[in-house]
Amino acid sequence: MRWQKSWLPWLYLSPALLILAAYLVYPTVETLRLSFYDARGETFIGLENYRWVFTARPMRIAFRNNLLWIVVFTSTTVSLGLVLAVMADRVRYESLFKSAVFLPMAISFAGAGVIWLFMYAYRPPQAPQIGLLNAILVNVFHTKPVAWLTNRHINNFSLIAVGVWIWTGFNLVILSAAYKGIPRELLEAARVDGASEWQIFWRIILPLMKPTLAVVTTTMIINVLKVFDIVYVMTNGNYDTEVIANRMYKEMFHFRNFGRASAIAVILLLAILPVMLINMSRFLENEER
Amino acid sequence: MRLRPERFFLHAVLISVALIWLTPTIGLLVSSFRPRDAVLSSGWWTVFTHFWDLRQFTLQNYIEILTAQGMAQAFRNSLLITLPSTVIPISVAALAAYAFAWMDFPARRFLFGVVVGLMIVPLQMTLIPLLRVYNRLGLAGTFIGIWLAHTGYGLPFAIYLLRNFFAALPRDLFESAYLDGASQWTAFWRLALPLSTPALASLAIFQFLWVWNDLLVALIYLGGTEDVAPLTVKLTGLVNSLGQNWHLLTAAAFVTMALPLVVFLTLQRYFVRGILAGSIKG
Repeated sequence: MRWQKSWLPWLYLSPALLILAAYLVYPTVETLRLSFYDARGETFIGLENYRWVFTARPMRIAFRNNLLWIVVFTSTTVSLGLVLAVMADRVRYESLFKSAVFLPMAISFAGAGVIWLFMYAYRPPQAPQIGLLNAILVNVFHTKPVAWLTNRHINNFSLIAVGVWIWTGFNLVILSAAYKGIPRELLEAARVDGASEWQIFWRIILPLMKPTLAVVTTTMIINVLKVFDIVYVMTNGNYDTEVIANRMYKEMFHFRNFGRASAIAVILLLAILPVMLINMSRFLENEER
Repeated sequence: MRLRPERFFLHAVLISVALIWLTPTIGLLVSSFRPRDAVLSSGWWTVFTHFWDLRQFTLQNYIEILTAQGMAQAFRNSLLITLPSTVIPISVAALAAYAFAWMDFPARRFLFGVVVGLMIVPLQMTLIPLLRVYNRLGLAGTFIGIWLAHTGYGLPFAIYLLRNFFAALPRDLFESAYLDGASQWTAFWRLALPLSTPALASLAIFQFLWVWNDLLVALIYLGGTEDVAPLTVKLTGLVNSLGQNWHLLTAAAFVTMALPLVVFLTLQRYFVRGILAGSIKG
């Protein structure tokens, strides 16, 4: 690196550093402070907001649902992405197939929400069903239509399905790239030695793809912790479908309780932190290589 | 060669999955072209029994949502929000990334670590203090306010990606440019930027789609202000106000999706790369 005026680097850096300080550093510190203050951010109330976060009924439902999302959404998108990546590798229309599954990634979650509101549309049993899922239930299986979004036993799964529809393509594309990185000779050698496809999948493919699977899984968990748009658009957290990020929005905008909303944000940060650190240490490893 | 039944099973699964994945979007598209009474009295799939009868389709829904429901205005707003929210962060990030990659200054590694570390912050952590400041400064409900917010949220990842790309460019190139008397600005503008076109393109596409599809940031900083609302905000508003008017809702949803779909179909390579690279953004 050659000689340069010592202030020159700061000229290049200052716009970025100023904006980062104003838009990420300052608000993070301030949110932390507000989480110990009352609704209007005026009186210090200690841990009261956190007590509320961990005991209030809407928050308990939100935590339960985010946990449900983490387990069901993550396991489904990752395993489906993996299986489809391995299967698609064996056909000639692979890229066309991947495009079809990846397509929802281009659409906004709000748009996807409307698409699925329509898929889930519910009409009383006598009326013609205009939602595809209920039409299939009524006309093909001759059962009663299901209120996909208001029936408390299934509505969380209905929302998770929308998430799966959006994100599976993402996992498929990443995992497919990793799968193609596995040397073909390795798989052929195993086949020659008489291993079944099933054994090859569990004993060779899976272990070799572990690092990528870890990245994909952590990414999905971070997504799920912050899930907002789908729930906001489709149920707004009604009928026991509340999630953490949507609750924060409600506390902030509808109840104007900045203290509680801040405490929720802090909990969200703390939940994301360990997962993100795992992901980041992986970036740094990549960099050193 | 695998056994035939196995191949059959493979094709059956893949083709069914592709169809299942495409069906919801097709249903939306078809419904958006059907008249109100048809949409409300029969399923969209019934059009396929007499698909070439074009009299069953209409553009009326699009005309109504674009004019009476204000989606044309919202489309314009989305463009006015998204273009600067893509250009500003990438320009600011490129300058900083160049300094991090090719300039020497104290605490360089530490500062870069801090910038990358900021990717951890979920934007929920920033909403309340920023909104309070915005309300005081009169920035809430303005385009400038949301441009800067998207810049702030986009910067850590953009700097991270571009720094790594710049740093990977051949060192000799820069050394000889400096020896020939090129200034840092020349090296940045004539070397680093043109050589990084693929990274810049992926980043631009990712940021563009992220902002175009964003709902939360727009809801917070633009509030309910009708004349600045982008498509996503407008669409969620229509979900509540139009209720069961599926002929209009489907058309409105398709308007919000049209541009991202065009980007997806024409720039798929960059699009996939951008999405993948950006997947870890906060």
